[in-house]
Amino acid sequence: MTDDDLVFKALADPTRRRLLDRLFERDGRTLGELEEGLEMTRFGVMKHLRVLEEAGLVVSRKAGREKHHFLNPVPIRLLHDRWIDKYTEQRVSALSELKTQLEGRG
Amino acid sequence: MTTTAIQTTQVYRLYIKASPDEIWDAITKPEFTERYFYGARIENTPGGHRSLGPDDDVWGEAEVTEFDPPRKLVHGWRSLYDPELAAEEESRVTWEIEPQDGGLCLLTVVHDQLEGAPKTAASVSGGWMLVLSGLKTLLETGQPLVG
Repeated sequence: MTDDDLVFKALADPTRRRLLDRLFERDGRTLGELEEGLEMTRFGVMKHLRVLEEAGLVVSRKAGREKHHFLNPVPIRLLHDRWIDKYTEQRVSALSELKTQLEGRG
Repeated sequence: MTTTAIQTTQVYRLYIKASPDEIWDAITKPEFTERYFYGARIENTPGGHRSLGPDDDVWGEAEVTEFDPPRKLVHGWRSLYDPELAAEEESRVTWEIEPQDGGLCLLTVVHDQLEGAPKTAASVSGGWMLVLSGLKTLLETGQPLVG
């Protein structure tokens, strides 16, 4: 699997997207804090966190005895550069070409 | 639209296909930083961190608290390019380079101790992403991402 595959796979699951949203709201949460309000076992949360970490979307760092989880926005940025920019830019340039053509016809 | 919470610790991590020495040079020498860091000529030495803008304006000046080539660099951060941000407290930037298999390195940038610099925290978060994807592109292709 390429890096892109890992990121798309990680993002394809609603629970994992929810975990990312929770870190977006407040970064650096511990496993216990991430579990709160989720109807899921600790094991389930850990499993999803591992997929997110493998995809590079979450980075965990130890501070003393606690492990804090941080959202790493870089893979989403790279995915955006690689996949989103390319298609939206074409769309925009196609529209501006159409505009030029239509306006030039008059 | 969700409101963006101000994060007092920001973590950015990416793989770069380059050697630890190449990454180290790219983050410590001004002739490299000016190609991906908003044109800033940044010099990191055991003596300190200094960032100069295109017109030799001082964009940043701080202490280097850890200088361990080509593995770890820790320096202070003050956004002197903007008076409002410059008035805030100093924060800290840590660069960690970890070699991986296959000629890759894992680069982790942690910008923390931002408790006394909420405006800086909000302002740098998009910037780091652009800087780091620019650094990756420069090292992997030899070409700057922008311009």
